[in-house]
Amino acid sequence: MLDWIALKFLAGVGILVFLLLNLLVVTYLEMKIAADFQVRLGPMRVGWHGTLQPLADFLKLFLKEDVVPGKADRILFWLAPLIFFLPAFLLFLVVPLSENLVPQDLDIGLFYIFALATVMPVGIIVAGWSSNSKYSLIGGLRGAAQQISYEVPMLLSILGVVMLSGSLSLVDIVKAQDGLLLGFLPSWFVFLQPFGFLLYLIAVLAETNRVPFDIPEAESELVAGYFTEYSGIKFGIFFLAEYTMTFFLSLFGALVFLGGWQGPFLPPIVWLLIKTYVLIYFVIWVRWSLPRIRIDQILALGWKILLPAAFINIFLTAIFMEIG
Amino acid sequence: MTKPKLRKETILLNMGPQHPSTHGVIDFFLEVDGEEVVGAEVKMGYLHRAVERLAEFRTYPQIFPLVDRLDYLSAHHSEFAYALAVEKLLQVDVPERADHIRVILVELKRIASHLLFYGAFAMDAGSVTPFLYAWREREKVMDLLEDVCGIRLHPNYFRFGGVREDLPPGFLEQTINFVDKLPFFLDEYEAMLGENEIFQVRTIGIGKVSPKRAINLGLTGPYLRGTGLKWDLRRDEPYSVYPKFDFEIPTGKQGDCFDSYKVRIEEMRQSGRIIKQAIEKIPDGPIRTSLPKKVIKPPKGEAYARVESPRGELGVYVVSDGSARPYRLKVRAPSFTNVQAFPELAKNHLIADAVMIIGALDPVIGEVDR
Repeated sequence: MLDWIALKFLAGVGILVFLLLNLLVVTYLEMKIAADFQVRLGPMRVGWHGTLQPLADFLKLFLKEDVVPGKADRILFWLAPLIFFLPAFLLFLVVPLSENLVPQDLDIGLFYIFALATVMPVGIIVAGWSSNSKYSLIGGLRGAAQQISYEVPMLLSILGVVMLSGSLSLVDIVKAQDGLLLGFLPSWFVFLQPFGFLLYLIAVLAETNRVPFDIPEAESELVAGYFTEYSGIKFGIFFLAEYTMTFFLSLFGALVFLGGWQGPFLPPIVWLLIKTYVLIYFVIWVRWSLPRIRIDQILALGWKILLPAAFINIFLTAIFMEIG
Repeated sequence: MTKPKLRKETILLNMGPQHPSTHGVIDFFLEVDGEEVVGAEVKMGYLHRAVERLAEFRTYPQIFPLVDRLDYLSAHHSEFAYALAVEKLLQVDVPERADHIRVILVELKRIASHLLFYGAFAMDAGSVTPFLYAWREREKVMDLLEDVCGIRLHPNYFRFGGVREDLPPGFLEQTINFVDKLPFFLDEYEAMLGENEIFQVRTIGIGKVSPKRAINLGLTGPYLRGTGLKWDLRRDEPYSVYPKFDFEIPTGKQGDCFDSYKVRIEEMRQSGRIIKQAIEKIPDGPIRTSLPKKVIKPPKGEAYARVESPRGELGVYVVSDGSARPYRLKVRAPSFTNVQAFPELAKNHLIADAVMIIGALDPVIGEVDR
């Protein structure tokens, strides 16, 4: 029993270290890739080519004064970053990094993930409400509206994969992508479910509050949206949680659609990370290329286009399965 | 049992004076119902420096640095209008070469100002990258202007009856070089932003105004031309050497944010054309008419001169009582009048649209408050 607890504890620490290391890489890449798009150098001073810049940034956030607005609801103000961050962190519990490297392989892994992801908008609303600021309030409401309207199409876009693989466990889903398709294509779900993959990508952008769907924190409209009033480490936690979500959803996309750790020659975890970072690059690329959509247009896109499209995808998948 | 009454309230939102999208210290006071703007008001005065009053205590040449600080993004235009007004009072002629230099600089500055608009507008729409691209080209214009004026933003370069110094060697070649490349950059910018579907959805039909209403609101500049009205002082009330040049006045159709954006992009191309022609036609000769007296004392009287600045119709009204200092200086600032249209344009749009309208009106707060 004790061994078991120790093992789980170790797994938890392992996830945390893995996550934080990757977050540093993602933030660094974000800065560098953005700089590349914008004909500038990006961070160059801290460490070789600015590699230590994310570390310096986080250190700065830790040391900053933590200001709480006078009329804020102190307890909720304190809780909001945690409500936002914890689910994002707990998501990694069911993520397999290779066939044997799984913290906890749940049979209902996908359900677990989507259940936790629905908790995050609560954090946004709480943050927006407790700050007692108008910008935060509007940002919070926007964020909640957006995340709820994109959770549904995202879930439905994965449903096609679940139907094909016949399992809700992530390990089984990756295993189902073994082998070749028509003799030359790897049998990844991106080829079997191209439409679902597209829907998933759009939903990822919306779920992570990134351009073109970054209205909850739309800088030019709402200053910083729901975390306008946050500073110091609490701001840092929000920041971390958003990057965690970006990283997680890319990792998840790589597992579900891009064949996970499968690939020749290289060790499985390397393959998985390569695929993850390809998706992250896509997300960053979109962020620095497109303008922002308006709130009503975002909601209309979510409910009127993505949702029916996801249903059609499921329908087609069912027909495909029945015939093939 | 009675039904509980649903109480609805609007929120009063102070967008400014410190806000990322207000382009300076100005307060756009919005009354919002959820996301919709139901009422708006512009609160200004945060940057008031009493330039007009200060001018009454300065000698005429000392006012050039003052008017620079009105529209700090196109300071050459303010100087131009002021110089034209005082020249009317003094009744001096400007040598041909000086006039050409003036036009070249002013049009370069128009390009720089519109480039800044392009970048800031993209930022308002939520896209950061175009801003940095525009900045790259604007930097080249600023370098050119610095070569001539010695400074980037506040040139103090115009003089009554001419300009301060002649053009430095190599300037004309460099300018031609830049102007030749400009259309390619503009095509690139259009591909980045103007042809983007999201951007079009965000701007087309936003802040619509009819030509007649635009005139009644006092709108001038690109926003007015966006409604389809061909009104440009460079053509309709020509000053300096503009009649010599061949250029078009771009107009829009609907009078929305997108049209005013398109008009500005097209104006940059036309400015490039004007600069090219001015450089081809620039004569040799003096750059300044020497004034008879050391101390400038215009005869009693008043004069009004207006130029087409990047933001619209910029007028300067000078009253002289025969002394070395003006009795009164009044500036008709285009940003000031354009901003007045904001409450009407923003009504019944969303908060995000209000931001785009502010961006499309392109106010410079130094000019709004003076």
